Amino acid sequence: MGRIPRKYLINRLITLALTVLIAASMIWVIPRLSPVDPAEIALGRMASGAGAVANAEEILAQLRAQMGIDQPLIVQYFKYLKGALVFDFGLSTATFPTPVSALIAQALPWTLGLMILSLVITFVIGNLLGALMVWDHSPKLAKVAIPAAMVFTSIPPILSGLLLMWIFAAKLRWFPLTGAYGLTVDPGWNWAFVQSVLHHGFLPAMAIVIVTFGFWALGMRGLMITVQGEDYVKLAEAKGLKPRYILYRYMIRNAILPQITAFALKIGLLIAGQVLVERIFAYNGMGKLLYDAILDQDFPVIQGVSYVIILITALSVFIVDLIYPFIDPRIRHEGG
Amino acid sequence: MSEPVLSVRGLKVYYATPDGDVLATDDISFDLERGETLGLVGESGSGKTTATSGILRMVSSPGRIAGGRVTLDGEDMIALSDEEFRKRRWSKLALIPQGAMNSLNPTMKISAQIADVVRTHTGAAPDRARVLELFQMVGLPERIYEMYPHELSGGMKQRVCIAMAVALNPTVIIADEATSALDVVVQRVVAQTLAKVRDALGVSMIMIGHDMGLMAQMVDRIAVMYAGKIVEIAPVADMFARPGHPYSKILIESVPSLTERRPMKITEGITHDPRNPPEGCIFQLRCPHVNDGCTKPQPMRELRPGQTVACHRAEELEGAHV
Repeated sequence: MGRIPRKYLINRLITLALTVLIAASMIWVIPRLSPVDPAEIALGRMASGAGAVANAEEILAQLRAQMGIDQPLIVQYFKYLKGALVFDFGLSTATFPTPVSALIAQALPWTLGLMILSLVITFVIGNLLGALMVWDHSPKLAKVAIPAAMVFTSIPPILSGLLLMWIFAAKLRWFPLTGAYGLTVDPGWNWAFVQSVLHHGFLPAMAIVIVTFGFWALGMRGLMITVQGEDYVKLAEAKGLKPRYILYRYMIRNAILPQITAFALKIGLLIAGQVLVERIFAYNGMGKLLYDAILDQDFPVIQGVSYVIILITALSVFIVDLIYPFIDPRIRHEGG
Repeated sequence: MSEPVLSVRGLKVYYATPDGDVLATDDISFDLERGETLGLVGESGSGKTTATSGILRMVSSPGRIAGGRVTLDGEDMIALSDEEFRKRRWSKLALIPQGAMNSLNPTMKISAQIADVVRTHTGAAPDRARVLELFQMVGLPERIYEMYPHELSGGMKQRVCIAMAVALNPTVIIADEATSALDVVVQRVVAQTLAKVRDALGVSMIMIGHDMGLMAQMVDRIAVMYAGKIVEIAPVADMFARPGHPYSKILIESVPSLTERRPMKITEGITHDPRNPPEGCIFQLRCPHVNDGCTKPQPMRELRPGQTVACHRAEELEGAHV
């Protein structure tokens, strides 16, 4: 406890760097196994726009040079790694010549906002409901209603999104159908804009929450059943502590520890899972960017987005590693 | 004699199973006098812990309190509402649990776990000095104040549980095999600590265990349980000198002797189905002295002042070996 030892911190940082390096290498290798030549795709797009293209070979060579794919693979690889360090993934082939980093910079805040909002809501609601399924003093209704609500977990997010859209946007008109903010507000740090963003973000966030809270609730239920049988919970009851205090301080406090690790790991998965939700709500985030890039075979964008997802996941695991000893006194910061 | 501090009458705790109720504790009655220590002995599965969970109202499903009365300080404990009973817990009726190893919350400091029970029942958290005073009483060092349970040895955790039990000066303490998980050396030291604290505070205590040797040193009276029933209650000296019930005799003769090598008397466990106990004496299927009269009900009756027994042949078997 107390401050984090330097040796532990360095060890964790090395692990972080290695994780990112290996993952980044894999996302570089995989697209290169594909026989598709991105320069030809770009040329094809130009051709379909212009009708015909003269001296195609020359343009192809030029495009390859611009994309950096005329060089030996090993050179490309190190250039890519060097670029990744400063988030330079080259130029998008689909929206040539926009830099990938600009596309990501524009999409990332939306995704992070939506993701953090939905992840926090689903984590809190899911764990609380999971705990209530086990707690002896829960209202009777909870023990019936929560398992029933679990059916939403088996719905794909795209359907939950459409369902919410239909009820709350199309029928009730409480929330806007699509978009990340209203067309009439000025993007920036003003109240009207923030309000508009929250208003627009609510349905996509809920679409994710209702299909994911069951994961947390079921996990928490299992953990709570284990904790409920622990001697310290029985003694807490014998001590005559108030039931609610026992629930929070003795039961949830211990049962939630593995869920916090799962929380960090889920972050990466969730961005990927958000792809379709962002798509149907026309929400301009990483998911939509990735979706379009896959359709367009826009490798630099796919690489860039994947890299950012990996980085966020690795960073969240790193942060959980650092804070874990503060939430579980039995875990210590030790080397390795 | 004055009014007993704790009086148990006809307590029944049953566990529901698809094939009928398991009569884990069936119709037991005893009194605990003020300042007295009563030992509750019996083999595993005889219902000792179930009996105390009935007294503590900690029977959880599929178990239930099927009947009986528990009176503490003149107050009917079974009739109280859950919330009223919760307020009586620990301030009147404290528990030293069976598995001290796992009885402390791993994510709370030792001091906080003593503080929370004091705060709940008195409205104010104890100051550091009070907690340290409790530590000192059970021989714990001051440095554990800031520690978590995983930093303590088993013996220390057991002492923490003792300190916690006496924090509110309860009327009755139930020590449920408080020392059986410890090695013999630590066991002895912890038992001494327990006796010392008990004598200093004059608290009444029910001590559960199956270690007859330890019982002989610690308790005033012994109640012997077999298959959910109390078969004999006697002052500790009488119990060892003149046990009235054949089962008590077997238990006492099974205490290993240092000077003499004897065959084990207890060779099997409880033999009957606890859902369907035999008619009459509960011990008849294993008793070496069984006869026709044993199938009649065996109420507890006085053998001599202070010693009650549930055996119709107690007098004629007096002195006989099992």
